[in-house]
Amino acid sequence: MMTVQSRPLPMRPRVRPGGLLPILAILGVLLVLVAVRQPDFFAPPSLMSFLGRSAPIILLAAGQYFVIVSGEFDLSIGSLVTAQAVIAARLIDGEPARTWPVVLLLLGCGALVGLVNGLITTRLRVPSFITTLGMFLILVGAVYYWSDGAPKGALSEEFRRFGRRAVEDVPLLGRIPYALLVLLALGALAVLVARSDFGRTLVAVGDNPRTAELSGVRVWRHRTIAFVLSGVAAAVAAILLGGYSGVSFQAGAGLEFAAITAVVLGGVALGGGRGSVAGAMLGALTLELLLALMNFYGVSGALRSTVQGAIILLAVALSASRSPSR
Amino acid sequence: MSAQSLLPARWPVPGVFVALVLTVAIGGLVVAVDGGQLFHQATVVSLLHVAAGLGLVAVGQTLVIVGGSLDLSVAYLISLSTLVAAETMNGSDGAVLPAVGLALTVSAGVGLLNGLLVTRFRINAFIATLGVGLLLKGYLDNGYDGPAGVTAPTLVRTLGYQRIGPVPLSFLLLVAVTAAAWFTLARTRFGHHLVAVGGDPEVARLSGVRNDRVLVTAHVLCSLCAGLAGIYLASRLGAGAPRVGTEGLYDLESIAAVVLGGTALAGGRGGVAGTVGGVLLLASIDAIFNQLEVDAFFKQVIRGAVIIAAVAVYARRALRRGRS
Repeated sequence: MMTVQSRPLPMRPRVRPGGLLPILAILGVLLVLVAVRQPDFFAPPSLMSFLGRSAPIILLAAGQYFVIVSGEFDLSIGSLVTAQAVIAARLIDGEPARTWPVVLLLLGCGALVGLVNGLITTRLRVPSFITTLGMFLILVGAVYYWSDGAPKGALSEEFRRFGRRAVEDVPLLGRIPYALLVLLALGALAVLVARSDFGRTLVAVGDNPRTAELSGVRVWRHRTIAFVLSGVAAAVAAILLGGYSGVSFQAGAGLEFAAITAVVLGGVALGGGRGSVAGAMLGALTLELLLALMNFYGVSGALRSTVQGAIILLAVALSASRSPSR
Repeated sequence: MSAQSLLPARWPVPGVFVALVLTVAIGGLVVAVDGGQLFHQATVVSLLHVAAGLGLVAVGQTLVIVGGSLDLSVAYLISLSTLVAAETMNGSDGAVLPAVGLALTVSAGVGLLNGLLVTRFRINAFIATLGVGLLLKGYLDNGYDGPAGVTAPTLVRTLGYQRIGPVPLSFLLLVAVTAAAWFTLARTRFGHHLVAVGGDPEVARLSGVRNDRVLVTAHVLCSLCAGLAGIYLASRLGAGAPRVGTEGLYDLESIAAVVLGGTALAGGRGGVAGTVGGVLLLASIDAIFNQLEVDAFFKQVIRGAVIIAAVAVYARRALRRGRS
């Protein structure tokens, strides 16, 4: 959105300028800090449950990556997560038999919201900031309106399983949360998609839509698919989050900004054209680790956002100063 | 002032005003059929009050967006400003001037920080102002559970509630601030530089504009506007309110108003007159639905749809004019 498009693109053989080095360095520093304060953290049980807890935001960051690298924003995912959790609770209403149909419905819903975001942005040429902001207002309003101001119904135990249960008695690791398995599978899928022709074209679209268009890329279709991916990621995140922490109107509050922050921390340029999905997911992991770290160091709940804000600014400033191309 | 002269000629300023007139006309009709009255004094007054608060923020937001930046920290800054003002006054009329001065100084400081992060540290404005917002949020969450301080009674009586006919004093303040911002953008060297920086930073730099200085100034002005909105809200509420900015969604709504007013989010094009139109449009929709006693949540759905639809109409028109 605010990039200078003056720099000519030299012929670089597949070296990504928005590399993983800065985010790995930051992650390393945080890991050392955790190790100093709380060595127990690295014991398999707590590490596994930490990774399981981080799964939703990491998936959201992966979805957001596709949208951001194509040069757009998705501000609707937080409200989408909330809406999905509330919808799930109301539709399932404690009936185990309704679990799978509702899961499929949620994934379809996520894809649909992404599709609408994408089509409005690409076909009607509304800036995605406004499209997804409008969608945010619509989703929040609709879900409150639909449930008269308080969430109704309940999730079934089968539904909650994805977010809170684990594969027990695994040798060495103890228990592996289902959420972690979902994360590994979808994370690998995200990396594959990012490395496919589609993923590479998407980066080209974000770097210079005009050039991509002239080279025969259907820009609108690629961007729309990116929004759909983000919507589906939000649906999965909603299923995991709803299972883990239950249903409330605050379920997804602020997640859109957290995901965007994570993506930027991971070296992806806002405005598109640069960065990797692995970086985005590492950025989300770093953000979660930061929150855990603040817990260990006893930073009071209220002051957290101050510390978080300061560290994000510091980290982004550092990685920005490292990359000469900006 | 004629709306046409406010902007570089390419952008259709009256668009938002046409939408505003249509909305008010249709809305007035629907309300009348429903048995209500849109142009009732009380309705108009409350509409203008809503517009004054959002408008002050949005005018400031216009300046940074025209410069190719944006400010997501305004919502927290508004809350902070209500608290600084109300706590400094603490109910005494004598302390109005120092309180206003202090609130504006704090705001300017936040703007300076935003500006420096964006320019010197080269952090993307989205992330930089979001981060500063988090800094402020932590301070507010840590120090305040509920309303604090007492606004001086004179200020409540004047800025908060006094009006001339149906026009509140606060709306006149908005008009004055808008006029000043318009003059700055359209008639001063700083304004022209700001538009140039927003249009193409590299070209501006090569033409001898000091981009950094211009953008920092824009951020300071934006934060001053948000601080002013905070002072207004403090005098409206009679106390400092640590959540008023975020609950009012002032960050996102102000950006929506700016875009509704025809300013390009990418910068370099737009103006404050359109923004005020956007603010009035949002406030009228609000008033119409209040009159119809539409559910508050449903209202939000409509509002989201209207924002998207309105911007889509602009985009269509821009497309027809042969945009790239």
